[in-house]
Amino acid sequence: MDPGVDPDQGLTRRRRPRAVVRVSGFLHRHPLVRLLGLLSAPMLWLVVAYLGSLALMFAAALWSVDSFTGNLIRVPTLDNLRTLITQDVYRTVALRSLAVAASVTVVDAMIALPMAFYLAKVASPGTQRLLVAAVLTPLWASYLVKAYAWRTMLANDGVLSWALRPFGTSGPDFGVVTTGITLGYLWLPFMILPIFAGLQRLPDSLLEASADLGASAGWTFRSVVLPLVFPSIVAGSIFTFSLSLGDYIAVKIVGGSTQLFANIIYDSIAGGTNPPFAAAAALFPVLAVLLYLALIRRTGALENL
Amino acid sequence: MRASLRWASVLGAATLALAGCGSSGTSGSTTAGNTPPAPPKLAMQSAVGAGEGTLNLIAWAGYAENGSTDKKVDWVTPFQAQSGCKVNVKIGNTSDEMVALMKTGQYDGVSASGDATLRLIYGGDVAPVNTSLVPNYATISDFLKDRPWNSVGGQMYGIPHGWGANVLMWNPKVVTTAPTSWGAVFDPSSPYQGKITAYDSPIYIADAALYLKATRPELKITNPYELDATQFQAAVELLKAQRKLVGEYWSSYTTEVSSFGAGNSVIGTAWQVNANLINGEGKVKVETAVPSEGATGWSDTWLVGAKAAHPNCMYRWLDWITSPSVNAQVAEWFGEAPAQTKACDRTADETFCTTFHALDQDYAGKISYWTTPTKSCGDGRGNACEDYAAWTQAWTQIKG
Repeated sequence: MDPGVDPDQGLTRRRRPRAVVRVSGFLHRHPLVRLLGLLSAPMLWLVVAYLGSLALMFAAALWSVDSFTGNLIRVPTLDNLRTLITQDVYRTVALRSLAVAASVTVVDAMIALPMAFYLAKVASPGTQRLLVAAVLTPLWASYLVKAYAWRTMLANDGVLSWALRPFGTSGPDFGVVTTGITLGYLWLPFMILPIFAGLQRLPDSLLEASADLGASAGWTFRSVVLPLVFPSIVAGSIFTFSLSLGDYIAVKIVGGSTQLFANIIYDSIAGGTNPPFAAAAALFPVLAVLLYLALIRRTGALENL
Repeated sequence: MRASLRWASVLGAATLALAGCGSSGTSGSTTAGNTPPAPPKLAMQSAVGAGEGTLNLIAWAGYAENGSTDKKVDWVTPFQAQSGCKVNVKIGNTSDEMVALMKTGQYDGVSASGDATLRLIYGGDVAPVNTSLVPNYATISDFLKDRPWNSVGGQMYGIPHGWGANVLMWNPKVVTTAPTSWGAVFDPSSPYQGKITAYDSPIYIADAALYLKATRPELKITNPYELDATQFQAAVELLKAQRKLVGEYWSSYTTEVSSFGAGNSVIGTAWQVNANLINGEGKVKVETAVPSEGATGWSDTWLVGAKAAHPNCMYRWLDWITSPSVNAQVAEWFGEAPAQTKACDRTADETFCTTFHALDQDYAGKISYWTTPTKSCGDGRGNACEDYAAWTQAWTQIKG
């Protein structure tokens, strides 16, 4: 007999401990318990840790703080919400944040579309791999490093002002524009990747058919590519829009004297003066993103994620 | 859609239930506004025992240096060697941040300014300090002891550390004539529009009030932290106008240091330590001065956390940081007057204490120290003043 083979040739299995056998038998007979056992950990995470903390936060929105000691007063009141709605400044800042999030999304889509098209349809397989890696590498660097890198580049003695000096102008001062540029850079990969994936699924034959039927490149793009890739653009926009709406760090670094809505939340909680107000203010981005999701649900983009 | 509605109602019900739970848990909170009559009664340490091996501090930048900023600037390492307490320092950028951090109960002590101390004391977040356990307390400047911002009813809540003024800093290469008034950062026709910087905290409203106190006597501002509705409104309007001049607000000292270094800011309010750091980097030279209107300032106190896990190490730190040579080092590094009178003999620069008026009670009296604004004006006007909650909201509106 070949010494390398077991006497039983691997046909009989080692006996498992009794308890294990009993448990597995029980689970086999009760599929519902099996399902619950499988799902309980993720469900616990989703319901308790995730939705639970959200619910707790919105409950806290109804509290207030002692204006002197900063201690919590756990008596429900609508004052926080009333302040948010009645004071102009919060509306102004909310609109500014929406505008920044929307423009970051649009600019990212405009940059990402040609890049993704080149990646998916034009580049050779080797170039494609290289370029996808190039798109992904910035995600390996820390958010702060990238934001501070932009601060250095956009500063008065930075490379942008240096490059513009021969033309008798200088780069923009820290403000809304620089914040938009930085956010646009930070979230660009999140826009390129979904569009790239969407374009890869688009058969080349459609483009060829369109050309054979006499459509110009622009016409093909408008009537064939854009409608088919639109859900992917929307998918990317979910990332860029919600990430921009929730950002408060980039604007601190490159925003100069600008404040966005997330800063109001951050200042209320990290400033320590009014966590319940922060909770109330946090309702705005949550509602804005939910509304956005509800709107794009109609486009069918969510099924294409 | 129906499914999502059902979820929404479940979530809503849960929210309401939780809110209900919260309200039943309310206990003896003070009513908003007035200064409560007495802070919560908390036990005071009676003896300093063996160190616990660790010390968690919240400090202003530059107060607890361990050589990582500058190799020569290190008084934390010798403390660790001497006491056996490993020091973890969390830098607090604003007083509000410090109050928020102390409320977590995870820290043993904090170097708090006057606009944080009372909030912490009345909030029950810090314990009274047994000054007899801190030998170096005896030689602290008398005019810093038993002050409204570090004691209540004759009970000290901390050990004074140092004090100084918020200075006007400028880059002489751009701002060629040295400014002598805070008007330089408030003038609507300032040639430095977009290059002006200001401190990003509600307490900065006091700087505007201080300027108005000198320039608009009809407002009758007596104390920049005790502002009634009219005075407050005037200060807020001034700051709203200043907002158009400001290129960048700084809340972290590193922001101001990099901003002056890069030329994005050329003039604005600053701490002396920021100027020292900028001049140390050497990219840009800056100058500082206390303008003619006077200045707001700070008088900092080391407080002991009510829930301090390492109180013995904290008491050792209190004595260490106010010991003559260490207090001298901190003061020279940070650029403030040391609280310890004996520190003046130990400074590397022999004229340091004279420059910073460390022993000059009159000068100390001219600085408007950061204080928490309360509804109570502290004078005949009664409860007509704007409290810190109003200051905070106004600050959001000023930034717009």
